[in-house]
Amino acid sequence: MRSSAIAAILLIAAGAAASEIPPGDRRSGFTFMAPDTKAMQNDDTANPAMLWVLDGEALWKKKTGNAGKACADCHGDASASMKGVAARYPAYDKALGRPVDLEQRINSCRADRQQAAPLAYESRDLLALTAFIARQSRGEAITAGDDPQLKPFVEKGRALYSQRQGQLNLACANCHDDNWDKHLAGSAITQGHPTGYPIYRLEWQSLGSLQRRLRACITGIRAQAYDYGAPELVELELYLMSRARGMPMESPAVRP
Amino acid sequence: MASALINVPAKAKRGEIIEIKTLMSHIMETGYRHTATGEVIPRDIITSFTCRFNGKEIFRADLFPAISANPFFTFFTTATESGKFEFEWIGDKGFSETASASIAVE
Repeated sequence: MRSSAIAAILLIAAGAAASEIPPGDRRSGFTFMAPDTKAMQNDDTANPAMLWVLDGEALWKKKTGNAGKACADCHGDASASMKGVAARYPAYDKALGRPVDLEQRINSCRADRQQAAPLAYESRDLLALTAFIARQSRGEAITAGDDPQLKPFVEKGRALYSQRQGQLNLACANCHDDNWDKHLAGSAITQGHPTGYPIYRLEWQSLGSLQRRLRACITGIRAQAYDYGAPELVELELYLMSRARGMPMESPAVRP
Repeated sequence: MASALINVPAKAKRGEIIEIKTLMSHIMETGYRHTATGEVIPRDIITSFTCRFNGKEIFRADLFPAISANPFFTFFTTATESGKFEFEWIGDKGFSETASASIAVE
C-alpha cells in the first residue's frame, strides 16, 4: 500500500517534470500505425481522404459568391500557388492581429474576395477545400510559427498545451510529451504532431480538421472544449505545428 | 457530391492478372443509430456494387449496414482483351453512381 502510494507520488513528480521531445526523437503518428492503415494512406486510390481532395479540386475551379470568382481565378494552378501553404499555417493575419488557421483563411478569402457566405466548420465543402490545398504541401517541411509576429501566440499555445485541465486534471503534455511510447487502452499514445491534417480518421468514418481532433482530446480529459474557431484552438494548432517544425506534411493522412 | 476513385492499369499483357481498386464516397448510415432526441436515423447505404467488362458482369457484391463509410473494393481479374470496365453502385434513397475505366491489352 505504502509502496504503491510512493510509486504514485514518484509518477506525479515525473509527470511534473514535463520535458519536450528532442527533435531527433520526433515521430509522426504514421509510424505508430498498423501496416494496413499505412498502406491505406500511401495509396491515393485507397485513401478515402482523396474523395474530399477530388471535391476540393472541383470547388477550387467553381465560381461562387456575388463576385462570381473561383479560387482559381486569383490563385491559378493550385499545385504551384498552394505548394507549401498548409505547411506554414496557422499564419499571422495583419488585419485581425492574430493567427488564423487554413480553414479561417479560406473563409476570409470567401468573404473578402468572393463575397460568399462562410463555410461551416467540418462542413463537407470546407474540409474538401482544406484537403485539396493541404494536399499541395505533401512532402513539404512544416514551417509554421517562423514568423516573429507569431511568437507570443506560440507561447500562448505552449502554455495551453502544458496547462492541466478538466476532471482528469491532465495537460496535453502529460500524454504526448511524457508518455508517447505507451498505450491508452489498446491505442498508441502518439506525440501529437499535426503532420497530416485534415485527416481521414477511421473512428470518425470521415475527414476531420485539427480543431475537431483537439476538441475530441479536450473532451476526453473531461474539460470543456473550446468552440470551433476559438483563438485558443488556433493557438494550440499553431504551437503544435511549430513543435512539428521541419517534419514532412502528409496531408491528407489516414489515422485510426 | 458523390465521387469515385478508380484504379485500373492502363495497359496489361494478355493473360496477366490485374488488380482493380475502387473507392466510392458514401456515408453508409446503418439505420441502427438514433438522434439525441431518440429518433431513428434512417438507413442510407449502398446495397449493390457491380463491375462489367465489355458489357459482361465480372464482379458483384451486396453491401450491408456493417460496412464502413466510403466502401473500398479491390479484386483481381485476368486481362483477356482491350476494353472498358464499367462500375455501378446502387443504394438507398435512389443512390446510383457509375464510373468507367479503359484498359489496353497487348
